[in-house]
Amino acid sequence: MDCINQLAQCLNQGGMDAGLAQFISIFLGVVLVATFPLLVTILLIWVERKFAARIQDRIGPNRVGPFGLLQPIADVVKLLGKENITPTGADKPIYNLAPPFMVAAVLLVWAVMPLTPYHFGVDLEIGALYVITVASIGTLAVMMAGWASNNKYALLGAFRVVAQLISYEVPLAMAVLIPVMLAGSMSLQGIVKAQYGMWFVFAAPISAILFFISSQAETGRAPFDLLEAESELVAGFNIEYSGMKFAMFFAGEFMHVFTNGVLMAVFFTGGWIGPFVEQLPWLGLIYLLGKASIWYTISLWVRNSVPRLRIDQMMDFNWKFLVPMSILNVLVIAFLLQVIKQVGLTPIDPGNFIQNLPQTVVLLLGNVFVGYVMLSWVRSKGRQARAADEAKKMTAATVHAVGD
Amino acid sequence: MGARFAGQDAANRAFLRGDGWVMVVGGLTPQAIAFGFFTILTLGGACGVVLNKNLVRGAVWLIVSLFGIAGMFVLLSAPFLAAVQVMVYIGAIGILFTFAVMLTRSMTNLRQRFTAQWWSALIVVGMLFVFLMVSVIVPVWGGVAPELAGEVVATTTDLGAALVDGNQFVLPFEVASLLLTAAMIGAIVIARQHEEE
Repeated sequence: MDCINQLAQCLNQGGMDAGLAQFISIFLGVVLVATFPLLVTILLIWVERKFAARIQDRIGPNRVGPFGLLQPIADVVKLLGKENITPTGADKPIYNLAPPFMVAAVLLVWAVMPLTPYHFGVDLEIGALYVITVASIGTLAVMMAGWASNNKYALLGAFRVVAQLISYEVPLAMAVLIPVMLAGSMSLQGIVKAQYGMWFVFAAPISAILFFISSQAETGRAPFDLLEAESELVAGFNIEYSGMKFAMFFAGEFMHVFTNGVLMAVFFTGGWIGPFVEQLPWLGLIYLLGKASIWYTISLWVRNSVPRLRIDQMMDFNWKFLVPMSILNVLVIAFLLQVIKQVGLTPIDPGNFIQNLPQTVVLLLGNVFVGYVMLSWVRSKGRQARAADEAKKMTAATVHAVGD
Repeated sequence: MGARFAGQDAANRAFLRGDGWVMVVGGLTPQAIAFGFFTILTLGGACGVVLNKNLVRGAVWLIVSLFGIAGMFVLLSAPFLAAVQVMVYIGAIGILFTFAVMLTRSMTNLRQRFTAQWWSALIVVGMLFVFLMVSVIVPVWGGVAPELAGEVVATTTDLGAALVDGNQFVLPFEVASLLLTAAMIGAIVIARQHEEE
């Protein structure tokens, strides 16, 4: 907010009313924070299409501009020119409100994002909770779109989304709890600053994985893309939308994926932290976006190489694997943190790499323990299920043989 | 004391003469504007719930109303409660309401605005309203100390410490969590298919 405060002073000295100057500067700040992710999204659409094309052994967009870079702009012009259709029997106000809600749900997350040490929209005391809270508005938007379209495929798609989003919010929130416990703060700026000595991904790799998987599910991307399973639901909740309203849903989705990358960077890989960030705060933004891009690329890679799950498999995976794992993870980490505190291994200066080592090693061992317990439990479950299957087949065969 | 009351009297008289409106507009702080906005959201949303024929729209209005209450929490310097209000009431309960309403097809096409018992509900609600107004205006249970919300700021850290501190709220907190766990297990038991039958 440094530059923005200076702007207010500038305007004030130029003879403007103090209140008005403050209002204008805050307004400009809001516009900047809200526009930045939208502009990034235009580029991301190209990145995503090119990346998917290379994975599928195609070339991808290559006609408009150098390397097809201007393709998204051509798409936007095309979408702007399309007719906005409202189906008969649609609930008009709700139908029209749903797409802006979808975009707003993602944009609101950027309000608390720490971009550099000194540049952020607002440093909320409850930042981490706010991020999870705002995501629930996206669920509402999908629900509104699905119902207001007056189309049974849209409604079916919306039901699936809500079931999926509400379920995967549980491990997501549990995973965010770990960085909050490690940093002792819910403010995103506080969480980033607590990682000066050591990134949380080393102390809590399991919660990083849990957060990554559940945020992939929250965006509704493959392997969790049941909400728009083309072969089953035509297109899902957004089937009746066209033109810019359709584009808003997709802009929301693209932005959500990248925002999740940024959140991964903030919670687990140190946000804007990097060399020389103290001298040149703007470098922080480059570090943050760089780290976010790595997570974003992994997300695209998973999306383009893993097939879609069935809905019961998806629910089983969440409630019988991710949720127990996240609960066990929280219990073990909380216990170990208390033990570390009592023994006196807590780093006196959290910014010191060497002092962070004992705590990180202990927590990492705790993570290994959690991972081992969960995986061996799943293995024994699978073995039991296979044995039961075999037994059933055997009895069926004997009954058949006797019957003959 | 006497002087203060006299001053208040003068202000009241000025208000009755119509000068009050000038005063109100002159002292319009951002908090007052926000309070007005959230009040309109809360009450307007509530009216929308009651007066709408369409149940799904009613559920959406309910969400608007609950959002207004979340804004009130922010104005009372309780951001944590505001976030919880949005997460629990809008993100979970509001969505489950819409879900349930949509699943029951007969409920989405209701054409009646009121049920047959609307007058009994009106009497009960009216009595509750009068009771609340009287108890706020007439200090039956001791006067209400006018306390500025801005002066009682507690951080989220304080809240967290209060929930696990043996001298503060650890017992209510544990009882509430036990109750919620029991409710959750009960829901699972009811929803579970009876495999042995």
